[in-house]
Amino acid sequence: MKADPAGVLTGTHFLRGNDACCEGAIAAGCRFVAGYPITPSTGIIERISKRFPYTKGEFIQMEDELASSIAIQGAVWGGARAMTVTSGPGFSLMMEHIGLAVMSETPCVFVNVQRGGPSTGLPTLPGQADMMQARWGSHGDYEVIALCPDSPQECFDLVIRAFNLAEKYRVPVMFMMDECIAHMSEKVVIPEAGEIEIEPRRYTDLPPGEYQMYQPDDDLVCPMVKAGDGYRFHVTGLTHDQRGYPVISPECQEELIPRLIDKIIKNEPDIRMIHQDIPEDAEIVVVSYGITSRIVPMAIQMASEKGIKVGSLRPVVVWPFPEQVIRELADRVKAFVVVEMNCGQIYYEVERCVAGKAGVYLAPHAGGTVHKPEQILNKILEAAK
Amino acid sequence: MTEPNPIESYLRMDRMPHIWCPGCGIGTSVNCFIRALQETRLPLDKVSIVSGIGCTGRVAGYLNLDSFHTTHGRAIPFATGLKLANQDLKVVVFSGDGDLVSIGGNHLIHAAQRNMDITVFCVNNFNYAMTGGQYGPTTPISATASTAPYGSFQMPFNVPKLAESAGAVYVARWTTYHVRQLKKSMVDALNKKGFSFVEIISPCPTLYGRKNKLRDGLTAMQWYKKHSVMKQHPSTAEIDLGLRTYILVGKFVDIERPTFLDGMNARYEQVRNSNKRG
Amino acid sequence: MTPAQTKHHQKYRGEVHIDQERCKGCGFCIEFCPTKVLAFSREFNAKGYHPPVVVDIDKCMGCNLCGLYCPDFAIYAVRFENNKNKNS
Repeated sequence: MKADPAGVLTGTHFLRGNDACCEGAIAAGCRFVAGYPITPSTGIIERISKRFPYTKGEFIQMEDELASSIAIQGAVWGGARAMTVTSGPGFSLMMEHIGLAVMSETPCVFVNVQRGGPSTGLPTLPGQADMMQARWGSHGDYEVIALCPDSPQECFDLVIRAFNLAEKYRVPVMFMMDECIAHMSEKVVIPEAGEIEIEPRRYTDLPPGEYQMYQPDDDLVCPMVKAGDGYRFHVTGLTHDQRGYPVISPECQEELIPRLIDKIIKNEPDIRMIHQDIPEDAEIVVVSYGITSRIVPMAIQMASEKGIKVGSLRPVVVWPFPEQVIRELADRVKAFVVVEMNCGQIYYEVERCVAGKAGVYLAPHAGGTVHKPEQILNKILEAAK
Repeated sequence: MTEPNPIESYLRMDRMPHIWCPGCGIGTSVNCFIRALQETRLPLDKVSIVSGIGCTGRVAGYLNLDSFHTTHGRAIPFATGLKLANQDLKVVVFSGDGDLVSIGGNHLIHAAQRNMDITVFCVNNFNYAMTGGQYGPTTPISATASTAPYGSFQMPFNVPKLAESAGAVYVARWTTYHVRQLKKSMVDALNKKGFSFVEIISPCPTLYGRKNKLRDGLTAMQWYKKHSVMKQHPSTAEIDLGLRTYILVGKFVDIERPTFLDGMNARYEQVRNSNKRG
Repeated sequence: MTPAQTKHHQKYRGEVHIDQERCKGCGFCIEFCPTKVLAFSREFNAKGYHPPVVVDIDKCMGCNLCGLYCPDFAIYAVRFENNKNKNS
C-alpha cells in the first residue's frame, strides 16, 4: 500500500538527519512515539511532538527508556505503528524489551542515534560502538534486523524500510544512526505519498475461534491481531505454544526459538541491502557503514593513485549480516579492511565469514569524530603488502 | 458437577486448573473481578488485561480477554501505550506488590501523575511469592522472608498513600475477605475515568503466610476478618503497616481531574485549529 | 438467624453446585457461608483434598458468597424464590 499523504512532506528540503528520520517515520505511518530525551537523539522526538498533532499521531514522553520501550509495544497491539528513539545508555536500558518484542513478535522500530561510549561517554559526539549490542544486547537466542543510514536522505528512506521490514517479519528493527548524521543537514528529497511503498501489517483473515496466535505462514511469519477485535488472544514473554499460552518445556522451546531465528536467517536474501562498488580485479575491499562510509571514497581514491585496486562494500542492513556476500568476495580478493568508529565490532563478523581465505584488517576509531582518510589509507596499504 | 459455573466464560478453561496454591487470595481476587466485569456490563471484546511477572502476573493468562503477560514491573507503561493507541479500550492492569511497587514503582507514580485512564488492581501478599517468598516493598517490619531470614527491618510502603500522593483519582484498599466490598470497589474503579487503584490484601499460605504464622489461607482470612477496620472516610495517613496491628480498609480517594488523554486531545485540537500549517 | 429468615418464612432458597475435583480444600466457602450450609466432606478428591459438602440445603439462601470467595471457581450457588411458604 502507499503512504498516507497527510504524513508526507513532499518536496526538497534541507534537513538534519534527526528531522529526516522523523519525517520518514511519519511517512511510514508511524502514529505512536514514546521516548525519553537523550542526546543526540532528542531532536527526533522534539520534531515528532511538533508534527504529531497534525498527522493524528500520539507522542508521549515516558518516565524512562524502560517505559518507552514497552509503551510502544502496547501501542502496536492497540493497532498503531510505533517507534522509540534513544542513544547508547538508553539503548542499554531497552534491551529487556527488545527481547520481549522478539519473543512476542511485535513489529516496532528502535532508533539508536549512537554516541561515544561506553557508559555516559561522549554525549554530543558520534560513535558506532553499539553495533554488536544491537544484535546481541538482549539475553537469549534471537535475531533482529538493523539498518545503518549514511546521510539524512538515507535517514528518511531507510526508516521507512525499517518500518516495512518490522511489519513484514514481525520483529523489532534497530535503526542505527549516529550523532554525526543526526546533526548534519543535507538535501533530503521527499517524494509524493503515492511513490512511497508501505508494507501493511499482516492481520489475519481468520475469525476468532479459528485463528491461532502463532501459527506461521510459509515464510515463518505469523499473521497478527490487535486488541479490541474479539480475538481474546494472549501475548506473553514466556516460551509459548501456537496458541500463545505459556508452556515451560524443552519441546516448546525447540519449536519456538529456532523458528524465530530462521524467520530472519532464512529470509536474509530478501532483507539484505548492500551498496558495493568492487571492480573485477579489486585486491582490497573496504567494508564500512554509516557515516564512516563517507570518508572511505577519499581513502580509496588515494589508494588507487598509489596503484592499489580497491573496492568498497557498504552493508546498509548490517544485521542479519550479509555473510554470503563476504564469503564470495573472500574467494577473489586479497584482503578486507573494515573501517568502523569503534574498536572492532563488525570486523569480527567479516573475519568470521572470511574464515581465513583472505586477510582481514581493522581501521578502528575509539569515537568522537570520523576517521581521517589517511588512517584508512594506511590500513589499505598495510593490507596490500 | 451438574452445570458449569456461569463465570467460566470469563476464564480460559483450557488452561485450568491454575497454578495458584490452595488458599491463595489471587483466585478470589479474580473471582471478584469477573463479577465486577459482569456488573459493569463493559463489552468484553474491548476489555484488555495487562499483567507483569509474579503469581499475580499470571492472572492475564487465565482470563478470556485480550491479555498481555509483559515484563517485570512494566505492565503499566505497556497499558499506557495500549490505551493511547486505542482509546476505546478499557485497559486493566492486574499485578502484584513487588511488580507494581518495587521494580514498577516509577511507572506507577508516573501513570498516576499523568492520570492515565487505566485501572490498576494490586494484589498485595507482602512478598515476592513466585520466586520463593523474598521480602518486598510491602513486607512489614519483623516479618520473615527468604531474604530476610531474621526478620525485615525495612519500613514498607504505604501503598494507598503512594498512589494518592502521586495523583490517583480513585484509591481503595480491601482484603480478600471483603469480597462484596472489593467487588464494588472494582466496579467503581472500572467505571472511573482516570487512574484508579485498588490494593487487595491477600493470603500467601505457602510462603509469606507459612513464614509468619498464617499457615493457611483460612487463618489469614480469619485474621483479616478480625483485624480489619472499616471507616466511613478513611485517610491514607491512618493506615498502619505493622505485622500484627490492624488493616485499615475502605475507599480513600475518589476525585475528579482531567486525564492525560483529555489534555492531549484538547491541546492537539487547539493546535490544529489555530495553525492550519503542519 | 439472618434478616432473610424468619421463624415462618425464608424468602430465598439456593442450589449449590460443587466441582469436587477442582476444589483445593481451602475452606473459605465453609467458613464464610452466612448460614453454615457447608462442611468439609470426609471423602478425598483425586488430589487429596476434602471438598465441601452440603449439610443443610434448607438453610441456603442462594447468596453465592461461596461462589464469590472460591479461589478455584469450584463452587457456586443459584438463588431462587422460596415457594414453600408456611404463611401465605
